[in-house]
Amino acid sequence: MSEQTDNPIRSAIAEAITDNPVILFMKGNPDRPACGFSARTVAALQGLGAPFAAVDILPDPRIRQELSELSNWPTIPQLFVNGELVGGCDIVTEMYESGELAELLGVEAPAEPTVGPDSGPVQPAPLGIENRLG
Amino acid sequence: MPTPDEIKSRIEGALPGARAEVEDWTGGGDHFRATVIAEQFKGLNRIEQHRLVYDVFGGEIGGPIHALSLNTQVP
Repeated sequence: MSEQTDNPIRSAIAEAITDNPVILFMKGNPDRPACGFSARTVAALQGLGAPFAAVDILPDPRIRQELSELSNWPTIPQLFVNGELVGGCDIVTEMYESGELAELLGVEAPAEPTVGPDSGPVQPAPLGIENRLG
Repeated sequence: MPTPDEIKSRIEGALPGARAEVEDWTGGGDHFRATVIAEQFKGLNRIEQHRLVYDVFGGEIGGPIHALSLNTQVP
């Protein structure tokens, strides 16, 4: 990943990925996902009770464009853990079901994995990259 | 608008020897689901495996192909 200081959106994205050990770029926000794939990915993370930062890519199309160029990944959502792209909805769901996601996040896997919104953790407010565009 | 058969043959054409099963997930011609089994995935992690398939379609993913849900396997 190359950080370009002359590109404020890309810099803000790179910084958010560096600053947040678990960060999800999604459509909508965790309380109101705007796409089924984002919703499933949020449900997997919440099913593990893992805290995560979230960025809504919808407010400005440049966020998605820059993110995909940075990550070399064409679709949304995108989950990053410790600065590394883990994957989108398919991979995150697969890893949730296999227990690999719990392991990666250092949390206890639920005895019976069910993707449900029962007892979600307290989430930090979504990050607003678009607010940093000046 | 691509059809599941077109997507299947493009994946199999780009990854010789691969087998792909593609279905139109929503019936709308833009959300597809594919299972791809390919020798080329050997030694790659999931991200790299999926990128290999996404690269077949370049900018079409997220464009005319709104979503291509993938399950990749090594034979």
